[in-house]
Amino acid sequence: MTYGQAACEAVRQAMRNDQQVVVLGEDLGRGGVFQQYKGLQQEFGAARVIDTPISEATIMGAAVGMALAGLKPVVEMRVVDFALCAMDEIVNQAAKARFMFGGQGRVPLVARLPIGMWAGSAAQHSQSLEAWFAHIPGLVVVAPATPQDNYSLLGAAIRCGDPVVYMEHKELWGMQAEVSPQDASLGKAKILREGKDVTLVTWSRMVHTALQTETSKSVEIIDLRTLWPWDRETVFSSVKKTGRLLVVHESVQAAGFGAEIAATVAEELNVPVRRLGAPRIPVGYSKTLEDEARITGERIAQALVS
Amino acid sequence: MSGRAESLYRTMARIRAFENAAEEASRGGVAAFGASLSQAQVRGPLHLSTGQEAVAAGVCIHLAKDDLITSTHRGHGHTLAKGASMQRMMGELFGRASGSNRGKGGSMHIADFSVGMLGANGVVAAGMPIAVGAAHAIKIRSEERIVVCFFGDGAVNRGPFLEALNWAKLHELRLLFVCEDNRWSATTPTGAMTAGEGPLARARAIGVPGVEVDGNDVFAVDSASSELISKIRSGKGPQFLHAVTYRFKGHVSVDPAHYRDGEEVSRALENDPLFFAATRISSSEAGRIQEEAESEVRLALKAASEAPWPAPEEAYRDIQDTGAGQWR
Repeated sequence: MTYGQAACEAVRQAMRNDQQVVVLGEDLGRGGVFQQYKGLQQEFGAARVIDTPISEATIMGAAVGMALAGLKPVVEMRVVDFALCAMDEIVNQAAKARFMFGGQGRVPLVARLPIGMWAGSAAQHSQSLEAWFAHIPGLVVVAPATPQDNYSLLGAAIRCGDPVVYMEHKELWGMQAEVSPQDASLGKAKILREGKDVTLVTWSRMVHTALQTETSKSVEIIDLRTLWPWDRETVFSSVKKTGRLLVVHESVQAAGFGAEIAATVAEELNVPVRRLGAPRIPVGYSKTLEDEARITGERIAQALVS
Repeated sequence: MSGRAESLYRTMARIRAFENAAEEASRGGVAAFGASLSQAQVRGPLHLSTGQEAVAAGVCIHLAKDDLITSTHRGHGHTLAKGASMQRMMGELFGRASGSNRGKGGSMHIADFSVGMLGANGVVAAGMPIAVGAAHAIKIRSEERIVVCFFGDGAVNRGPFLEALNWAKLHELRLLFVCEDNRWSATTPTGAMTAGEGPLARARAIGVPGVEVDGNDVFAVDSASSELISKIRSGKGPQFLHAVTYRFKGHVSVDPAHYRDGEEVSRALENDPLFFAATRISSSEAGRIQEEAESEVRLALKAASEAPWPAPEEAYRDIQDTGAGQWR
């Protein structure tokens, strides 16, 4: 099953189990532009799989209204870059409503905001803005790296009752793997490879780049999976063992979420920490320019020894 | 008919009394418009709907408890008219644990879900997509209730205005858009910032029909709302009410609004919607209703000032369950 199909299955199961789950966004009736909604409108009808105009603010804002009125909407934004047209609705409305109304209402919605570089699609379709959302109280931030996680974590996100910014990767839709119908918990990282020299914390597509990196170091690779709340226990216990930390992400390094993890680990454990993220440049169209913003295995290998 | 006139007048008198008391309690509450910060019972920006009472009263008299509304930063009137408890509202303005939002929202986010009031909003036009979503949920669940979305004249220049109207019409939602036009966008006359033929023309261009009404004439608002809301309830899709009124006070309570033409303001004050509303009841009845409203406000002020503050740990509650406790 692909990463996209796994997400589709997660939504299908959620919609079968709970009549209050609805999905809304552009092009869903045709299955979504990445086929991540394929067959859902045929099964559940256009009333629950809602095709919307290109009205990002109202897609998100309507989802908030639906949630306050008792539904559990799943919102499709296609790419995180487009969700910038709905920032008020995510940050000022979805994230704040429960608190500022004194707990009178909750906003159980999942906003799917795919991140990452999408080859050749240039500056407005290539961003990884997870740090923006991790910064906002009230939001849960999830970034699945595998088909299995895209099934299990999306199901968990729909069930959790909080507003979740769910960040798939724009280039993982076609990734194939076995997927079993198992549940997962939000906020739990996964150790993908054990090692003793250095702990490498990463998420989303960088998980695969890290796993493929050739290095002489014995690297413990952790897929963070949920950025907020992030799994300190797993990261701390690994760093206590290895004594060093490298955080790798595809997003711009400056003020990225890696800084948060590195600073917390340095404060708590007093060990050497490093970050590796993209330079603070817009992603260029031409491959030579795009590659400057890309985190590769070679760059990870260099960061591991520097 | 006198029962209805009394009821409308009572709602308006309660809003007026509430706004006057809130204004008084907010002096020194915010540093803006040249005012400096000092001790005040009501902190922060307070947007008063004084002078706009007829819109809230004339629309909300048509709503049942389970109908829903969304409101604006100037939302006390809508909240009261929808049936919220004045005591809990004043408690909220005072930031007390007894407040409708338990002191977490204040004036700008005042809400009372128990009477279908889904929240005032600190962002212009932000309630419009939320109202659309609530109405869409009603459609999905085949419910009979309706939603009323209050917004100001400034909102018509924001994108969500167009998006919300378009969406509501596409799905023929059970939704009344009420443009409460007080003619001022903070300190700027909205007319100077708005091209074309105005809010109703914009709505009609999208296929949402409606009427323009004197928003200071509560009987006109009542009768226009009656017509529009019965269309909505009978499944004829979203409708639009453009109610032209006037903001008696400044943008916030400490704003003396010196930027306005004095003649414009005195004309508006002579056209006080409460005077008009009193014309269909006896003066003794009007006096009695006013006294009741003022006495209710006194009780609300007393209860609010005696109510406990929220415990500091409340700052950490009602945020999120996933990751609750991880604050840094």
